[in-house]
Amino acid sequence: MTNPVTRAEVEDLLFREAALLDEWKLEEWLTMLTPDATYYVPPNDHPEGDPKTTLFILADDIVRIRERIKRLMSPECHAEYPHSRTRRMIGNVRITGTDGDLVSVAANFICYRYRRYERIREYVGSYRHVLKREGHRLLIKERRVIIDAHELGSLGSVSFIL
Amino acid sequence: MSRSYIVDDPVKKRFLLDREALVSQAVLTDEMTRIFAKCWIYVGHSSELKKPNEFVTRKVAGRPVIFIRDGRGDIRCFFNTCRHRGAMVCTEPAGTRRSFKCVYHGWTYRNDGVLAGVPGSEAYRGDFDKKDLGLRSPARFEQYRDFWFLNLSADAPSLRDYLGSATDYIDLIIDQSPSGQMQIVAGAQEYDVAANWKLMVENSVDDYHLPSTHSTWLNYMANSGVKIDRPKEGMVLPTHGLAVDLGNGHFTTDNVNFRGRPVAAWIPIYGEEAKPEMDAIRSELVARLGPERAKRVCDTNRNLVIFPNLVLNDGSSVTVRTFFPDGAGKMHVTAWAMGPVEESEAARARRLDAFLTFYGPGGFATPDDVEALELVQQGLANWQDDRWTEMSRGMGREGEQLNSDEHHLRIFWRKWSQMMETG
Repeated sequence: MTNPVTRAEVEDLLFREAALLDEWKLEEWLTMLTPDATYYVPPNDHPEGDPKTTLFILADDIVRIRERIKRLMSPECHAEYPHSRTRRMIGNVRITGTDGDLVSVAANFICYRYRRYERIREYVGSYRHVLKREGHRLLIKERRVIIDAHELGSLGSVSFIL
Repeated sequence: MSRSYIVDDPVKKRFLLDREALVSQAVLTDEMTRIFAKCWIYVGHSSELKKPNEFVTRKVAGRPVIFIRDGRGDIRCFFNTCRHRGAMVCTEPAGTRRSFKCVYHGWTYRNDGVLAGVPGSEAYRGDFDKKDLGLRSPARFEQYRDFWFLNLSADAPSLRDYLGSATDYIDLIIDQSPSGQMQIVAGAQEYDVAANWKLMVENSVDDYHLPSTHSTWLNYMANSGVKIDRPKEGMVLPTHGLAVDLGNGHFTTDNVNFRGRPVAAWIPIYGEEAKPEMDAIRSELVARLGPERAKRVCDTNRNLVIFPNLVLNDGSSVTVRTFFPDGAGKMHVTAWAMGPVEESEAARARRLDAFLTFYGPGGFATPDDVEALELVQQGLANWQDDRWTEMSRGMGREGEQLNSDEHHLRIFWRKWSQMMETG
């Protein structure tokens, strides 16, 4: 790669992504993804599993990511209408590997979620993104969200983009 | 419980449920003794324990248990409780162990339950005998075609008698496998719902709610190229479907498929490349089972409830779903995917992908079910002022009962009510 990715650049991307997701600007968030992007939430008992052989919570290709956003923006998406309020804190950002124009990054997150008068739910875990350098832009090719809770349990549904 | 919580009036064709049944802690306490301690309750599937000495731990009917294949290969179930002072002897969710050593005083049990070691055992005199102090098992522990259930009552009927004609519908699922062997796939979906557990029974078979609760899922299917016909006059759903009473409180829906089925009804989401293999799967079924039975396997969807709390969905994929109350207004749900052991890598991947189109806490439908159930529970805060839930739909219907009516919900509540009243 002629133009090595810096941690500051990765942080900018993750912080922007967090802001767009928290603000429910999901169409704009889509523009941060490559045309073949994937989004995974593995099950709590197999955080390193492969969606081809393991039942995930969520395993979307780009087509399903787009369909998911259509669903999330519909008032008929009962689980997210009215939308949850979420607030993400991201830290411990690391570049964990590079392979040609691909960069693997890891970051810790806490996502606080408020919804319909109920008590706060805290999703704690790590993001494992694969980013792709395209010209001077950095795009998200894969995002894997690993939840630390032993079981999803009290967190309930992952009905928003985590 | 001395009074009834249902009003079941065949003359006026009305069925009402007292909402106290869904909010009361006293009712839940009775349920634990009159239902969960009397019925056969699902523990796990043989395929979760592939090799000798493999185990999983889980909570079943509020009891922490160890579900294990012992060193000789026999599947057993133990209460995860030390006979000495009561500590849980196994703290791992799953693994391989020949023995379990209690961390408190070091009592050690073989994986067939026998108490093998007691530190300082010479201090015990009189009639203390290690032979009497093996890990306790539930009163009964039996299986039907690798589905293992426990029963806390020694005088319960056999599992086979309890399941009765529900076995026909379990068999129909297992028929997907050429060798008659299905397996639980790695990865459990666990989620809590802030609602009474009985609402999940209703929701799992209630096809009336599909068009309104799951319109975004129907849109997703339509966007992906699935042709969904508008329901004909007098129908709520695109295809004809039944609600079937299987006796003993068990029941199922049984409807003509209009969505994709990994075995073996192709839809565009599966991709063009899936067609030849799915055709081959169907051909194998026809050759093995005959055209009529193969059509049952491939072209019907069924949501089966084994009373009180096991649901086998055979629809967008096969799910094994069980749930337990955690207070009157909360439940904990566990769901697994199930597929034939001989399934190819591609077919397995397709099955898991299809599962996620609908089911689970990240699916396109289940989160809206969770929402609906939680809205019910929140609405029920008014139960004293608005006491009765209306469940009469289809009650006057002669002949076959529709999946979009409430016949099967009434079957559940009648059985529940009978067990709660007679204790």
